[in-house]
Amino acid sequence: MSRSRLAAVAPWRFYLVAIALLAMLALLVGRVLSLQVLDVEHGRSFLQDQGESRAMRNAEIPAYRGVIADRRGEPLAVSTPVISLVADPRLLTAVEDLSPLATALDMPLADLQARLDRFTGRSFMYLRRHMVPAAAREVLALKLPGVSGRREYQRYYPAGEVAGHLVGFTNLDGRGIAGLELAYDDWLKGTPGKKQYIKDLRGDVVRDIGVLEPARSGKDLRLSIDLRLQYLHHQELQRAMALTGAASGSIVTLDSHTGEVLAMVNHPVYNPNGRRGISPDQTRNRAVTDMFEPGSTMKTFTLVAALESGRYSTESMIDTSPGRIRVGRKTLPDPRNYGEISVSRVIEKSSQVGVTKIALDIGHEPIQDVFRRFGFGAALGTGFPGESAGQLPNRRRWSDIEKVTLAFGYGLTATPLQLAHAYASFANDGVMPPVSLLAANETAPVGIRVVEADIAREVRKVLQRVTEEHGTARRAQVPGYAVGGKTGTVRKVGPGGYQDNKHIAFFAGIAPIADPRFVTVVVINEPQGEATGGGAVAAPVFSRVAQGTLRLLNLPPDEHDAALVLAAQGAGVSG
Amino acid sequence: MGDYVRQLQFPGDSSDLSRRAPLALRLHLDVPLLLLLVVLTLFGLVVLYSASGQKMAAVVRQGQYFLLAYGVMFLAAQIDLKRYQRWSPWFYLLGVLLLVGVIFFGVGAKGAQRWLSLGGFRFQPSEILKLVMPLTVAWYLSSRTVPPRFKYVLACLLLVAIPSVLILLQPDLGTALLIAASGLFVLFMAGIGWSYIVGAFLLACASAWPVWMYVLKDYQKQRILTLLNPESDKLGAGWNIIQSKTAIGSGGWEGKGWLNGTQSQLDFLPESHTDFIIAVLAEEFGLRGVLFLMALYLLIVLRGFWIAVYANSNFGRMVAGSITLTFFVYIFVNMGMVAGLLPVVGVPLPLVSAGGTSVVTLMAGFGLLMAIATGDSGRPR
Repeated sequence: MSRSRLAAVAPWRFYLVAIALLAMLALLVGRVLSLQVLDVEHGRSFLQDQGESRAMRNAEIPAYRGVIADRRGEPLAVSTPVISLVADPRLLTAVEDLSPLATALDMPLADLQARLDRFTGRSFMYLRRHMVPAAAREVLALKLPGVSGRREYQRYYPAGEVAGHLVGFTNLDGRGIAGLELAYDDWLKGTPGKKQYIKDLRGDVVRDIGVLEPARSGKDLRLSIDLRLQYLHHQELQRAMALTGAASGSIVTLDSHTGEVLAMVNHPVYNPNGRRGISPDQTRNRAVTDMFEPGSTMKTFTLVAALESGRYSTESMIDTSPGRIRVGRKTLPDPRNYGEISVSRVIEKSSQVGVTKIALDIGHEPIQDVFRRFGFGAALGTGFPGESAGQLPNRRRWSDIEKVTLAFGYGLTATPLQLAHAYASFANDGVMPPVSLLAANETAPVGIRVVEADIAREVRKVLQRVTEEHGTARRAQVPGYAVGGKTGTVRKVGPGGYQDNKHIAFFAGIAPIADPRFVTVVVINEPQGEATGGGAVAAPVFSRVAQGTLRLLNLPPDEHDAALVLAAQGAGVSG
Repeated sequence: MGDYVRQLQFPGDSSDLSRRAPLALRLHLDVPLLLLLVVLTLFGLVVLYSASGQKMAAVVRQGQYFLLAYGVMFLAAQIDLKRYQRWSPWFYLLGVLLLVGVIFFGVGAKGAQRWLSLGGFRFQPSEILKLVMPLTVAWYLSSRTVPPRFKYVLACLLLVAIPSVLILLQPDLGTALLIAASGLFVLFMAGIGWSYIVGAFLLACASAWPVWMYVLKDYQKQRILTLLNPESDKLGAGWNIIQSKTAIGSGGWEGKGWLNGTQSQLDFLPESHTDFIIAVLAEEFGLRGVLFLMALYLLIVLRGFWIAVYANSNFGRMVAGSITLTFFVYIFVNMGMVAGLLPVVGVPLPLVSAGGTSVVTLMAGFGLLMAIATGDSGRPR
């Protein structure tokens, strides 16, 4: 019996089992081998990548955005480090009591809850962006699951509304979206760096691996404006706005030698540091983007055409009697009958009749040609977003009235900056410098000659007379300095043609007129009250702006006019 | 044939052995097996420290389980094999009653009712069956001629079926299959004819379809489908397999180093300290670590078979063979599951995964092996 029992459970059966087991083990080893060591499809290298991609993360190191400064280095836009708080809503919703977080964020609990509900099921949301680092650290100290901080930069504009139109602003992500911030975004933004870190399943950073690529800061931008002049212009424009009750306005001052924009202000203004509730109306840099009919300020260029024709000198006489002239079906009046006057006096008085006679005599082609040479109807190429080129009409047939009104500055449009640029040619003895919003290099920019130097000087003399005793712009005078310029008053175009009650007042001036340094254009749109003309509204603004600018540029008064200074000051006190 | 066996049993000089009367023999300890187990459990604690997220508390608790389990093993080794033989039907009866009790008084979690609570002490009666099942079948067969006749085979199948079905009802498919297998292994050891084995295999294949349609629950089907294509449900059922395969694959030959596995340390790998602990080992120690562990297991299994082959009673031989085979099945099922070869079933990696119950049961089994190896009625050398 014992024999049969033991015989049945023979050892070979165990050996068979052992072999089977070894085969199964070999299967396991083979499987692990293929996963771990062999380079098969979806094998080791694939799985190693998978393992890394689960835990390794690349993050962007934000780059420091370049500083925008004025020509003297005063900062206009600087970046300051801030912390943006982000959260993983899937983890944060698990938190029972959100009230400490709401308190730390200075946010009503209901708002926080609503925000969280909105992002349910997502893996990322901002809790609050651009927090002061100290405040953000307080929130992070709560150590709530899924809440983390990100270093970012916030743009701060020290000059606020004063330079806001020109400088523009960035969005929350630090990209320029308006003004020069937009135009030079690539220059300013720099290159973000890369760093690598290991995170766990919950998204918490476990270990920093290191910086793969350091962030490269953006380059600084030095503008052509002088912040002191910018403040002066801003102040004077605001004052003019308050006095005239105008809807909007702009003042532009150009360095007449280099073409650099020394100041450029507009109204209405906005504060780029707190942009809540602002309208596009406020952010527009009108001096560059808005087109106007420049009106009588263009008569100066008609004068150039007249002088170039060889048929007129500034002293040629023109009979303007009886104080009105009929062109086609329209009658163009002067304020009164000036009688027979010189070409110079025609400009001084801005006589419609005189200019009409000149225009009909020389024809529209030379006038159009002069306008084109002085840059009207062509973009300035400042690169400023939304820059307008203005329009210069190009008709096949010109009626007499069209020829005449072109000579008056109607039927074409230009921006205040274009107007200033064109006047800079007179100031620069006929050479037109390229206009620039950035500070010029050491090498002086090469200008283009648009008119003979002696004609430019002749024109300057006429422009000076405009501001003298018999001119339309007596109120543009600056005590101690001889200046020159031309007024302009246009009626605005409305639904039914030109409107009688809506005007734009212009003044384009040069100072000092003998040895010009700068050109200033003042545009006051829709001044209210009795006085609406360029001489009454815009010229006084020029006077104050030019006075301050001359002082800030340290330009000495005209010595031989010392007596005139005293006289003018006396007149100022008594008047 | 009996002479042949006897020759194998005493390869050395027996009188020399008995004169020395070594301490290990008097304490009923099998030294090679004990050494292998000690190395395995220590290695397991090292891996566990990393897998538990470097919590010393988890290691200390597991160490306590090990101490308890070694105590149980020592006690189990002291009992004479004849007593096991006599007691096994009563253990079986008790086990079945407890399983019935689970159905009525059991407590559980996650839709399964597996536990009995006695005065605050919770235990799974199915664990008892893991040892009692081979003992009982071996007891039944040892008093009859082997290979067993057809009616005795049927009786054995009934013995296996009763507790297996009760466990299946809990439901706990994995344990039920393991326990059924441990009983069937005894039948195999008893030398049933190949016709039975081939027949059973064909029957299993034929029943695959009805089992799939009517027996398996949806979540169980899901696990099998997920195995075939883990990418189909990356964030749900496929998550475990994808993460564990990734962990294994990223280990390479050398591994990332102890405590340096990103999959395991950063919580991507679920159940990293229990059922999926071998993925941690594979990621941090690489293929070298896996092969080392497999070698340990293989040596333990071979030692178990050594004991079975040289056991000098059919009862001891069948029990030892069944326990060893069951131990191997544990290893194979766990590793196959983690490596993505088998569906995910809740089988821990023996003596390495954290947990007390399975450790105590396994060590009691090894105690039984030692009793067979060193007992008066079944000494192999």
